[in-house]
Amino acid sequence: MNAAAATVPSAGGGPFRAISTFLYRRPTFYLLLLLVPPLLWLGTVYLGTLFALLTQSIYSIDEFTAQIVRTPTFATYKQLITQPANLDIVTRTLTMAICVTLAAAFVAFPIANYMVRYASSRTKAIFYVAVLVPMWTSYLVKVYAWRLILAKEGILSWLFQAIGAQGVLDAILRLPAVGGPSLASSYLGMFIVFVYMWLPYMILPIAAALERVPASLIQASADLGARPGQTFRSVILPLVMPGLAAGSVFTFSLTLGDYIIPSIVGAPGYFIGMMVYQQQGTAGNIPLAAAFSLVPILLIAIYLSLVRRLGAFDAM
Amino acid sequence: MRRVPLASRLAAYAGLAFLHFPVVIIVLYAFTTEDRTYQFPPPGLTLKWFRLAFERSDMWAAMRMSLGVASIATLAALILGTLAALALARSRFPGKDTLTLLFVLPIALPGIITGIALLSAIKLAGLDPGFWTIVAGHATFCIVIVHNNVIARIRRIPASWIEASMDLGADGWQTFRAVLLPQVGTALLAGGMLAFALSFDEIIVTIFTSGHERTLPIWFFNELFRPRDRPVTNVVAVIVVAVTLVPIVLAYYLTRPAEERT
Amino acid sequence: MNAVEFREVARAFGTVRAVDRVSLTIEPGEFFAMLGPSGSGKTTCLRLIAGFDLPDSGEVLLEGRDVSSVPPYERNVNTVFQDYALFPHMTVLENVAYGPRMRRVSLAERSARAHEMLDLVKLRGFEGRRPAQLSGGQKQRVALARALINQPKVLLLDEPLGALDLKLREEMQIELRNLQRRLAITFVYVTHDQGEALSMSDRVAVFNSGRIEQMANARELYKRPRTPFVARFVGGANVAEGEIARKLGGSSQPFAIRTESVAVLAPNDAVSSGFVAADGTVLDVQFHGATCRWQVRLDAGDVFSATCNAGESARVPGHAGERVRLAWSREHMVMLESA
Repeated sequence: MNAAAATVPSAGGGPFRAISTFLYRRPTFYLLLLLVPPLLWLGTVYLGTLFALLTQSIYSIDEFTAQIVRTPTFATYKQLITQPANLDIVTRTLTMAICVTLAAAFVAFPIANYMVRYASSRTKAIFYVAVLVPMWTSYLVKVYAWRLILAKEGILSWLFQAIGAQGVLDAILRLPAVGGPSLASSYLGMFIVFVYMWLPYMILPIAAALERVPASLIQASADLGARPGQTFRSVILPLVMPGLAAGSVFTFSLTLGDYIIPSIVGAPGYFIGMMVYQQQGTAGNIPLAAAFSLVPILLIAIYLSLVRRLGAFDAM
Repeated sequence: MRRVPLASRLAAYAGLAFLHFPVVIIVLYAFTTEDRTYQFPPPGLTLKWFRLAFERSDMWAAMRMSLGVASIATLAALILGTLAALALARSRFPGKDTLTLLFVLPIALPGIITGIALLSAIKLAGLDPGFWTIVAGHATFCIVIVHNNVIARIRRIPASWIEASMDLGADGWQTFRAVLLPQVGTALLAGGMLAFALSFDEIIVTIFTSGHERTLPIWFFNELFRPRDRPVTNVVAVIVVAVTLVPIVLAYYLTRPAEERT
Repeated sequence: MNAVEFREVARAFGTVRAVDRVSLTIEPGEFFAMLGPSGSGKTTCLRLIAGFDLPDSGEVLLEGRDVSSVPPYERNVNTVFQDYALFPHMTVLENVAYGPRMRRVSLAERSARAHEMLDLVKLRGFEGRRPAQLSGGQKQRVALARALINQPKVLLLDEPLGALDLKLREEMQIELRNLQRRLAITFVYVTHDQGEALSMSDRVAVFNSGRIEQMANARELYKRPRTPFVARFVGGANVAEGEIARKLGGSSQPFAIRTESVAVLAPNDAVSSGFVAADGTVLDVQFHGATCRWQVRLDAGDVFSATCNAGESARVPGHAGERVRLAWSREHMVMLESA
């Protein structure tokens, strides 16, 4: 061993070493250096604009000139709450979001369960890809594909005809509320499309939660005398709950805000997203659009605070 | 191998079939000879719509616009998202939870809200919506995607690796290049590709921020309400699927944990 | 000149005082152990020497120079990590040659030095392997070679044997000790295993709640613990404090009595002068081969232990619930500082 000194001089370092040492001595400054650019971006482009939008909800629109009146008022909110049509829109959207969330959970669970617990590692990899590919396939193309499938002369009608069940389809379409002239212009059709669109967002968190349930726990439950159904209810379900909750945040939130799907597939009734879109666009009523935007934000905030207790944030 | 309940297997495969059914249908319809209705089964198959689609200069213009927007939005997201991930992965400071929430919000809140908020701000600021406003909107949610991908990977790197590197004489920059980058590189690549695919496909925010410009999804959306060109729409749908598919599958293979890769 | 010196070093995390105004000196060439339960501040002290953490106040000196704000890459100190921290994307040779590479040593020279180091830790032939292809003991040796290649003045070892099984751990203890003697480098060794600390090191600092309770060589620590904590943690001794100390020892000053100095007698056995007797009820008797360990709940309150040679314990039947009398000589009692 030669007699080196206790410290090594910073020789041959160059500017990078000098900067490294400077930042090493000022960890808070280093943290700020990293954080400031992304925060500045999200702060202005996202939070800033969101704030700008919400301020406009306390303005109102002059009915004759169609100009925005910039004096703070609750008139727009009053209009939002007192018009029964608006309330209908909120109820319709909320009902759809809840139904879609429940249905997505029911369809997603068996898929996630199979790929995590039963499939070989090879099959599992294939399943993951098979869930990811449709998830990331173009949103518009998928909606469009469903319009092809659900159309009056489309593949589903053809299928019902081919198996001689035309009557069943007609009966379904005659149902009040969910029915319509064709599947492509009914709430049922819209529901199917929503469930389809957000299904992968439900499968993946459930699968992730299932991956974290050790096999020994299920064996222990069986060892202690539980039947598969009992094990499911008292061991698997509680442990998978955070995943389910995380998935439901996506299905719920995505349904609440969507305006493309209801405008391509579905019945004539308005949804919150369409209302916001129309108010800022053709109607030119930015204050009302802003006030309407607050509705999904509030609903999602309420929903988030509910599912937070189920551990949704840990599973995201 | 455990005994697999038949019902479980059936339900799983039925679910997968449901997920892939529309994608298959789209491909089939791109070749149908029928050009007015959505008739099934197609009366005949043809390739002529592909030629027609490729001749549409407005489609190519929209495609170029989308590729340009996606490239720049991805680049911005890679830089800003990585910075945020590096800052938030391990540090502890008061208010960190709130900040973390900020990096989830753009994908947790509906896109329409991002869209209309941007639009009203653009109007307030007296800007002309166009290429750069589209990029600004896309970069916002692309940052979240990159941040999520990179932070997940950084958290899998033990702090002791960074310390060992500095202990052995590497400064911050050398450590970043020799230890951090080889570990985070694939996550960066994957996050970038996901961000690119997301931006390439985005419509909900884009409708608000695009002004008179047309990205490919907006072009496609307009085509939907013009039945005359339906076969061309079908063909473009297949092209869009093909363009987004490649980065997605690559991103998946890049981010799989090493032990599954074998 | 001291290899390492702490002057009133303090480091807090939030409201937790991880290191609470610690002063210590470590001599060149010394094998110095930092012993304590988890959360006692020993690892934080190690990290302060390495430079992974900076003190809130006080000074850390290496060879007399204040390094309180010198980054790790400019300290001539290297670390063997508890989880080894080998870089998974590099081969064994690349891992070992990492230090010289970062100091811009030529490829030929750093390879030669890395080979030399691998010889030293008996891992010739493993150059091309990845860390994932090594056993725990082999990883440990690579980590050691990697830390020694920069010829550090001080080698820091953070529970380096914690992940190994008992037999391998004992082999490595001997090997590390020999290596330290041969290289004559200062070793600072963090462990929570008192046996390991006592058997390997020249001096031991016993940590508790961010402070050093006692700093001494192994023999001294065992024979003359200064505080109740050291007596319990290092010697596994019986400690009487407060009221119980008064009842048994006659004053409120706490004292320790090692378990092998305590005899187990029948309840009414007479005790000669100079001895202390305490009656109690047997809780349990554990058989350890050569010895037996009695756990007795004293009527005075505490549970005391007694270690007897297995052959001697026949005098009293060792059943739980049995009444016994414990006795020890006053000469064997070690008076302690009150907490």
